[in-house]
Amino acid sequence: MSALASTAAQLVELATEATDATATAADAKATAGASSAGFAYGLAAIGPGIGIGYLVGQAVQAMARQPEAAGQVQTTMFLGIAFTEALALIGFVVFILLKFA
Amino acid sequence: MFAALEFPPIDNLVKWPAYFGEGQFYEFNKIALISLLAVIIPTILFLMAKRDLVPSGVQNLVEGTVEFVEKQVILSAIGPQGLKYTPLLLSIFLFVFFGNIFEVIPTFHMPANARMANPVVLAVVAWVTFIGVGIKSQGFGGFMKSSLFPPGVPKALMPLVSLIEFISTFLLRPFGLAVRLFANMLAGHILLVTFGVLCITLWQVGPLAAILPFSFAMLVGLTGFEVMVSLIQAFVFSLLTAVYISLSMSAHH
Repeated sequence: MSALASTAAQLVELATEATDATATAADAKATAGASSAGFAYGLAAIGPGIGIGYLVGQAVQAMARQPEAAGQVQTTMFLGIAFTEALALIGFVVFILLKFA
Repeated sequence: MFAALEFPPIDNLVKWPAYFGEGQFYEFNKIALISLLAVIIPTILFLMAKRDLVPSGVQNLVEGTVEFVEKQVILSAIGPQGLKYTPLLLSIFLFVFFGNIFEVIPTFHMPANARMANPVVLAVVAWVTFIGVGIKSQGFGGFMKSSLFPPGVPKALMPLVSLIEFISTFLLRPFGLAVRLFANMLAGHILLVTFGVLCITLWQVGPLAAILPFSFAMLVGLTGFEVMVSLIQAFVFSLLTAVYISLSMSAHH
């Protein structure tokens, strides 16, 4: 938590520095956007990462216990991955928007 | 020191100059060309396939594809009553796959689905289809009732649940379909570009060229990975469309 707070403070410092140096608000916004883009993607990747790991682990367990159901389990697994991964992908889109737009 | 890694701006990665008709409604660039090829190539393959009793060559490939879509997508998501949707789901599967696979084909090196327009059109097709199927099989009122008012919810909570169901069914489904395909392909494209740029930079800066083989091996490995991603995304897109169709076909309670 304190690490997050300190990075936020650094970010504000960075933004104010940019304002002082080049004296344009647009620059400060771009700098803050570019540095928070990485955080946006990193935070968005945590949950889905854990989720997909758990999901695939359980699917492997199911397939090992019942190899004859492997096809059904695999289809359901891909479906679950598709739903879980959507959150990380929205995070990636936010990253692109913060960094380039 | 060494020259810094010069990453090109995002516009250089996804925007392509027009071949002709710049600024007109018929502007034709690389994305349009790839989309056109993604329609033409499967059509030619399907026309080339002979209708022999014992399949061989192209017929094998085409029959295998149709069988894959029927077995893995339709039978596992909808069941036997969904086989009448094979043409639609097969078209979606092939268009998405051929739009994606141009990501790793030299001289193209661009997935058509990394521009938002293509996934959005495909998602709208899926959206219209599952709403149409729902209205056709349950009637307008029945479809709205089964998708907006889940049974067994306390009366007091019903407005909130209906609102959430409406957003998740009619807004988040097409949004999720489009964004999933778009972001996957764009991420893969940027990944390949990053390693390509890294290889070129390492080649130019001299001493650091010692680690060029590792970077190049990574590029080759990622190319193979992206072939797999193209296939999986085509599979997932058609599978999700099939799941949405099957959810609208029957009242789920």
